[in-house]
Amino acid sequence: MTPYLIVSALLFSIGFAGVLTRRNAILVLVGVELMLNAANLNFVAFWRHGPNPAALDGVMFVVFAIAVAAAEAAVGLALVIAIHRHCRSGNVDEASGMKG
Amino acid sequence: MDRIVEHLWIIPALPLLAAGIIALLKRPHRKAAAALAIGSLGLAFLVSCVAFAATLHPAAGAGTVRLTHNFAWFDLGESTLRLGWLLDPLTAGMLVMVTFVGSLIFVFSVGYMAHDPNFTRFFGFLSLFAAAMLGLLVANNLLFLFMCWEVVGLASYLLIGFWFQKPEAAAAAKKAFVTTRIGDLGFFLGMVWLYHGTGTLLFYDKGAGCLEQGAIASLVAQTTLGGMAVSTAISLLLFCGAAGKSGQVPLHVWLPDAMEGPTPVSALIHAATMVAAGVFLVARVFPLLGASAAGLPADGHVPHTAALAVVTWIGAITAVFGALVAVAQSDIKRILAYSTVSQLGYMMMGLGVGGPAVGMFHLLAHAFFKALLFLGAGSVIHGCHGEQDIRRMGGLRKAMPATFATYAVGMMALAGFPLVFSGFWSKDEILHAALAWSPSRLPFALGLFGAFLTAFYMIRQMWFVFFAPSAHPAARHGHDTRPDAAAPHDSPPVMTVSLAILAGATVAMSLLATPVWPWFHAYLGGHLDHLHVGWDADGAVLATMALSTVAVALGTGVSWRLYSRSATGTDAVERLVPRLFGALRGRLYVDGFYAATVFRLNRAAATAFDWIDRFVWGSLAGSTAWIATGFSWLGRLLDDAGINPGFDAGCAGTRGTGRLVSLFQNGQTQRYLRLVGGGIVAIVVAVAWTGKK
Repeated sequence: MTPYLIVSALLFSIGFAGVLTRRNAILVLVGVELMLNAANLNFVAFWRHGPNPAALDGVMFVVFAIAVAAAEAAVGLALVIAIHRHCRSGNVDEASGMKG
Repeated sequence: MDRIVEHLWIIPALPLLAAGIIALLKRPHRKAAAALAIGSLGLAFLVSCVAFAATLHPAAGAGTVRLTHNFAWFDLGESTLRLGWLLDPLTAGMLVMVTFVGSLIFVFSVGYMAHDPNFTRFFGFLSLFAAAMLGLLVANNLLFLFMCWEVVGLASYLLIGFWFQKPEAAAAAKKAFVTTRIGDLGFFLGMVWLYHGTGTLLFYDKGAGCLEQGAIASLVAQTTLGGMAVSTAISLLLFCGAAGKSGQVPLHVWLPDAMEGPTPVSALIHAATMVAAGVFLVARVFPLLGASAAGLPADGHVPHTAALAVVTWIGAITAVFGALVAVAQSDIKRILAYSTVSQLGYMMMGLGVGGPAVGMFHLLAHAFFKALLFLGAGSVIHGCHGEQDIRRMGGLRKAMPATFATYAVGMMALAGFPLVFSGFWSKDEILHAALAWSPSRLPFALGLFGAFLTAFYMIRQMWFVFFAPSAHPAARHGHDTRPDAAAPHDSPPVMTVSLAILAGATVAMSLLATPVWPWFHAYLGGHLDHLHVGWDADGAVLATMALSTVAVALGTGVSWRLYSRSATGTDAVERLVPRLFGALRGRLYVDGFYAATVFRLNRAAATAFDWIDRFVWGSLAGSTAWIATGFSWLGRLLDDAGINPGFDAGCAGTRGTGRLVSLFQNGQTQRYLRLVGGGIVAIVVAVAWTGKK
């Protein structure tokens, strides 16, 4: 099970790094998706090697998470479009309105 | 009967209403103003007549009619302030006189003030005056009387200074106001003391009023400074107010100067009504003045108390003083003014020696003939185009016949010509009472001398104005030389009608107080039902009549002889006794004396206080300010050196920390996430590290 977790950790770290370093809002969103899927991978790995593999509960979690993530991606994209409209750019550095 | 006294307030309310409406009228509404003023006072006259009729028939055995109506005005803490109306013969007689004379003078004013641009304002003031005067008469409460008294003073001030653009008029108004205020201070103190002593200011309140047996007995019983009864002290304080208002020596100085006002004002306020308010006050509080250890003064018997003695002496001195000064004046109105001072002295003397009936009859009689004389003088001034100096008149007998005839009636009444003039009988009563006054015969002698002088100065005035060869340029040269020198003319009917009515009233009043039928005495004394026609006078009455007739005849004869033979332009008395005449012309230097003493003292005190203010208090205040400034400098130094740097350092530290911390906050989510990520990594590493051990 360790290899799965390592892949998952790598996937999460890559996604997190993308979220933190990318300037393009869409690529930030892509990073968020990678982090989400790292978590999904963890679910599946823990279920497959867990105490009760016959219960299918890990898969159920993941299927729901994917479905919700699809909706979340739609919301995220809408947000990106809104920010783009507001700031006239896709660059997240420009969206610094939270600074007091 | 009770309904009448309950509604007595209508009498002062009518002119008050008129005054209020006139105050809102615009200047050009002259007719409306005059109609309102005359109409309201005429109505008040009718109501007064009804009230007068109610006092004519006392209930059997009740003596004087005395109707009161008291009501609560407002509560002050525990005590209730109560006002009331009072209707007795004293009030009723005055009400009829004031409204009657007032109406006639209002009518006269329409003619006299016809060319004045401020006609409307004039009638507003007159109405205000009438309202206050009538309020003063109906008051059954000394406080209400005092309030009206002050409003009367205000109206007098406004009307003396009616032509305020004339500096003399403005100064005279101020003088009148300030001088009467000195008397009013005494009045006020007396009132406060009376309230303190009796707990009420109602005159009559079913036995609980301050002029009734109980209250006065307690006041007589207490003594104050020098063993004087409290009732005497209060009486003297109240008399101060009366003396100020009624121009008694030594507070008379304002009255002659008050002649700067329009002549109808002089007639109404400074001859007939307002100056009589002081006499009325003394008559009103007569029970207080006459109270002695023996009790209240009974009807027909006048006690000898200290307060009444003061009233008598002041009155007698004023009577002679005014008459003496009047001899040497040359302004037609000023002569009448000093004559008023003198007659007011007679009234006071009458009150002192003979009680209210004697003093009040002279007041009422005087009101009619003095109003007549003043209006006559106004008519003369009007006809002579503003000339007031009698030496520059003369020969007006032919030019102004109506004025001459009525003026002669007034003159003879004032001088006390026998039998058909009210002035003779009223003065005679005073002299008769003075003759019977046991403490001293001197007031009687002074009164007799005053009667002689009165005849003397009135004849002098008559001669100069009506008989002397005309001093008028138009009459002398037979043609007009200057446009303002038009020949004297008689006044329009609106003025002469008033004169004729007043002359008639003057003669008619003489019937009311003869020894044959002493109606007025009986009316005021409350024994009308015992009145009968018949001769029951004793020898003293006859002797007084004879003596006063001789005095009048002597005054007339001497004056006529002196003046009819002298050349125009000079005064016969002046030629005979120039120094005495100069002293009299200078009003016996009373004004000068005040200027030299009271004014100078006042000015010196003001200068001294100014100096003290400037240097003592000023420097004290200045040094205090310097000390305060020193302390503030010290405080500022401490602040600058000690407290501010500490604060500054603290602030700089805070600012630096803030700047450092704010570096992390740039509004970018990624930066924050980066910190969160770093934090998590650090925690994970720490957990893993510790978990390993």
